[in-house]
Amino acid sequence: MKAVVIGCGRVGSAVAKQLALDGWGVTAVDEQEEALSRLGSGWSGGFVVGHGMDTDVLERAGLAEADAAVVATDGDNSNIVIGQVAQKRYGVACVVVRVLDPLRAEFYARRGLRTICPTQTAISFLTDAVRACDVAAVAEKP
Amino acid sequence: MYVIVAGGGKVGANVARSLLGMGHELTLVEQRRDRFERLEVEFGHVAMLGDATEITVLERAGIARPPDLVLAVTGDDEDNLVIAQIAREGYEVQKVIARVNDPRNQQHFDLLGIGPTVCATSGILGLVEHEVPEHGLVRLLELRREGLEVVEVLVGPDSPAAGKRVAGLALPDGSRLVSVMRHGVAEIAVGDTVIRPGDQVVAILKPGLEDALRRALVG
Repeated sequence: MKAVVIGCGRVGSAVAKQLALDGWGVTAVDEQEEALSRLGSGWSGGFVVGHGMDTDVLERAGLAEADAAVVATDGDNSNIVIGQVAQKRYGVACVVVRVLDPLRAEFYARRGLRTICPTQTAISFLTDAVRACDVAAVAEKP
Repeated sequence: MYVIVAGGGKVGANVARSLLGMGHELTLVEQRRDRFERLEVEFGHVAMLGDATEITVLERAGIARPPDLVLAVTGDDEDNLVIAQIAREGYEVQKVIARVNDPRNQQHFDLLGIGPTVCATSGILGLVEHEVPEHGLVRLLELRREGLEVVEVLVGPDSPAAGKRVAGLALPDGSRLVSVMRHGVAEIAVGDTVIRPGDQVVAILKPGLEDALRRALVG
C-alpha cells in the first residue's frame, strides 16, 4: 500500500513516519529540502521537494499510483485544493486533508472531502475537559 | 448589480473603481491591514478588512444575498479557487470570475469547474504570439463553457489553402472561417473569398480542432 504525505512539517512528518512503521510505502513532499530531516536519519521512504499545487511534483511523488494521500501543508486553502486534485484528478481512494478553520473544514466535508480539523478537535477536548471537572471540589480548595 | 471583489491589490482595486464608476454596488475585501487602510481612504465603507476565504468574512460582505457577481482576484490561486467554490457551491452565486496568477494552475480551475478565469500571463503570451506569430495559430477568445474558440491563423507560403476559394477548402468539421485580413484590411469570409499566402484568417472552431485547422491553412 502506498501513501503520499504532502506537507512535511510537525504533523505531516509524524504521520509519514507512523504510516511507514505500519508498513506503508510512504513518499513525503515538502517545499523545503530541510523538511527531510524531520523524517529521521533512518527514513527509507521517498521524499520530493516541491509545491503540492505543482502536478509535476505530485506525479513524481507517485500520487497517481497512491492508495492514500495525507495533505497537511501550513495553508488551509492549498490543502483544500491539493486534496480535491488528489481525489478528482488522480483518483486516490483515501484522501485526508488538514483544515484548521472549522467552517471551511465543515463546508468541504459536506462536499465529500475528508477534512480533519485540529482546531475543532481542540475545542471539543477543551470543552469536554471543563465539563468533566468536579467544579464543587475545585471551588472548595483555598 | 451587487458585486463582491475579493482581493484589493492592483487588479481588485482598479476593477472596483471602474465598477463603482459604472454605478454598481460592491464590497472590496482585503486581508492585509496596510493595504486595507490605503483602500479605506479611497473607497470608504466599500472596503472591508478580512480574509475572503473565511466564510464569516464572506457573509459579512453579503455573500448570502447572494451577489450578482463575485470576482476572486487575490494574488493566490488557491485562495481564488476556494472563494469561487464557496460562492458558487455554498451560496449559489451565478457568476464567478477568478484570476489565475500562475498559468500552471489553470488545470486546477478547469478540474474544479471554476470559470471563467483570467490569466494575465497567458493573455500576454497570446499577444506575443499575435505580434510575433511563430506557431501560425493564435487563440483570440476561448468560450470554455460554451465549447467554442476563436483563433487567428497566418496562411503560410506553402499552405494547401493558398489560391483556393473558401467554399473549396477541406476544413475540419466543426470549424468555419469568419474573416480574411490582407494588407491590414479585413473582409468577411464568404464562399468565393480566395485565400492567399500571408493572409490572416480568423476562424471559429470547437476546441481540439486547432491542429487540424492549422494543417489545412498553414501547411
